[in-house]
Amino acid sequence: MENKVNVFFFGKRYQVPADLTIMTAMEYAGYTLKRGCGCRHGFCGACATIYRIKGQNELKTCLACQTQVQEGMYVASIPFFPTDKRTYSINDIKPNQQVMMELYPEIYSCIGCNACTKACTQDLDVMHYIAHAQRGEFEKCAELSIDCVGCGCCSVRCPAGISHPMVGVLARRLTGKYLAPETEHLKNRVEEINHGEFDSLIEQIMQKPITEMKELYNTREIEK
Amino acid sequence: MFTESMRESIKKVEATRAERMKTEPRRMTAEEKQSLLEQYHPDYRKEGFAEIKIGPNKGEKAPVELTGLIHSNSRLLNENIDLSKVDYDVDVLVIGGGGAGSSAAIEAHEAGANVMIVTKLRIGDANTMMAEGGIQAADKENDSPVQHYLDAFGGGHFAARPELLKRLVMEAPDAIRWLNDLGVMFDKDADGRMVTTHGGGTSRKRMHACKDYSGAEIMRTLRDEVINRKIPVVEFTSAVELIKDDKGQVAGAVLLNMETDDYLVAKAKTVIIATGGAGRLHYQNFPTSNHYGATADGLILGYRAGAPLLYQDTIQYHPTGVAYPSQIFGALVTEKVRSLGAMLVNKDGEAYAHPLETRDVSASAIIRECANGKGVDTPLGSGVWLDTPMIEILGGEGTIEKRIPAMLRMYLNYGIDMRKEPILVYPTLHYQNGGLEIGGEGYTKAIPNLLVAGEAVGGIHGRNRLMGNSLLDIIVFGRNAGKAAARKAKEVELGSMNLDHVQAYAKELEAAGLATDNVSPMLLPQYARHER
Repeated sequence: MENKVNVFFFGKRYQVPADLTIMTAMEYAGYTLKRGCGCRHGFCGACATIYRIKGQNELKTCLACQTQVQEGMYVASIPFFPTDKRTYSINDIKPNQQVMMELYPEIYSCIGCNACTKACTQDLDVMHYIAHAQRGEFEKCAELSIDCVGCGCCSVRCPAGISHPMVGVLARRLTGKYLAPETEHLKNRVEEINHGEFDSLIEQIMQKPITEMKELYNTREIEK
Repeated sequence: MFTESMRESIKKVEATRAERMKTEPRRMTAEEKQSLLEQYHPDYRKEGFAEIKIGPNKGEKAPVELTGLIHSNSRLLNENIDLSKVDYDVDVLVIGGGGAGSSAAIEAHEAGANVMIVTKLRIGDANTMMAEGGIQAADKENDSPVQHYLDAFGGGHFAARPELLKRLVMEAPDAIRWLNDLGVMFDKDADGRMVTTHGGGTSRKRMHACKDYSGAEIMRTLRDEVINRKIPVVEFTSAVELIKDDKGQVAGAVLLNMETDDYLVAKAKTVIIATGGAGRLHYQNFPTSNHYGATADGLILGYRAGAPLLYQDTIQYHPTGVAYPSQIFGALVTEKVRSLGAMLVNKDGEAYAHPLETRDVSASAIIRECANGKGVDTPLGSGVWLDTPMIEILGGEGTIEKRIPAMLRMYLNYGIDMRKEPILVYPTLHYQNGGLEIGGEGYTKAIPNLLVAGEAVGGIHGRNRLMGNSLLDIIVFGRNAGKAAARKAKEVELGSMNLDHVQAYAKELEAAGLATDNVSPMLLPQYARHER
């Protein structure tokens, strides 16, 4: 008899093998998932889930695809949460403190409760990256939020109504576009290609017979 | 978290580590590679394939599961869809909300077209989001698009379509520039030089990355841009059939609201299929690194409407899927782990092959080791070691956390610290090398105004794809398709819409002795277990 545990999906009890994740346990129980299931490997944030272990006070948040079931787990999925993304033109904004004040003014209402950090399914220091955003320190905000999968568990728990993942995305885009140093070799190569510097070489290699291509490929020098 | 017998084997891996690190394992000769592939690569297992009996690729083979979907009828066969009641009327309809679809939508919008995305999950629930290792582009001084071409052409067994591969490599640097300008945070050094590494089969270090969130960082940025531009995205809605007009042009698609089961009609002057891959068809019972919706829908839509497939019989198994623990079985362990120095090691502690052979070769070598008793037994099969502590020795303490944080997190969840212990891997179904055939402009050759972009395309990579060329192809071909569709939409005059091809397909099936009640596309995998 395989080892089974009792889990409660939306309050209803199911007995499932103990080595399943919450997501595969729901499927074992007979659910056909439409919402609340995306990449199934912890990158997309579709399967935000909230649970409590029977008899314990603490509410926990997790990704259903990355979390093993436990005995007495009461599970509710959060397949959608109305996070509030503000729209802007990336070419028209500037990486200054003003932009956060205009687009996400509620971050300045943060009361420092740290509920966002406690709720993060990726163990990020969410409150800390919001603090960097408040001060216009976008590179630091970007660095601390890079692992965010946008599941929204932080926003669910925030008393100030902050949409943390959206703040992170803005900080990262500002960093990537405006604050990171320019890449000279990339700019040069794009120009060379636009000026047709590789046109004849590429046409030549496209015309070569397969036998010659095999020889070229098998004897090519590989950078150490 | 490892079992006792795994721990015993780890001791052997540790015992040989210092000696192994003194030399680089030899790369195989072309003949050795070919013989290994023929013996062990799943593409050579005859029982995994079946003959296609109808349609443009009649007589060719495809994976059994895909052939089954091709030999199925439209779910609209007995439905009465009123095509005169149009729910959406657009210039450009993009089917699929991953990297290719989003890139296409952004460029179509930039060109002034009225564009809309329809996707059966959410925008960004896609294989793009899960791509970890990086994106190739020949943008450094010692490299060139020609060298990139040679690597990809040879790695793909000299089968790539030259006109498609040329676009891929020539437009790669501009794809990186475009992403950079949208705000994607590439790994750079203090002077702005890209931090680049090797991938399997590359001859230059041209793998650009955003830690091991390369695809996620790109997808999050593209999604943000789509929303900023207020491009309509209709989520949890599948395209279940293309609509054509009386001139034989594509004219839109019938959509299915996944939550209400209601059908909707989208009329469009041009349609871009950007539906991605097929990992969830679990060819030959492999686990998959793909997202939940990877069920080859676009291939079915296109094929039923008359568009031919190319290289539908070649599949990529990523060498390093998770073999243990079972909760993350089949999940991707990025090739970047090997780019950073980790070796593949069998249960006796032997580095049996070079860690950066191309993916098909590397996967075959793992399958060989396991078939010959050199693998480590796991509850779901077997696997070989990926000696991750080498990365910390080579790159210094903290390298894993800095360069591949997602991998570290995934394993720490299950009590495995890959900085200190090696991890167990086995090939996982990763990518469909084949797909719908297109010309250089992105159009299918059989159906006017129908374009394809991303993993749903066949021919860009030939019969095997190099790491980092898929994130690249979704951007290059997604952008091109969006631009081309927007241009074309200005001159398209649609005739009267019909679904006649659905009836014709049913008759063809019947004539081939394949009358069936099965329907396709699959839309979602059948994972729910029912006791009755």
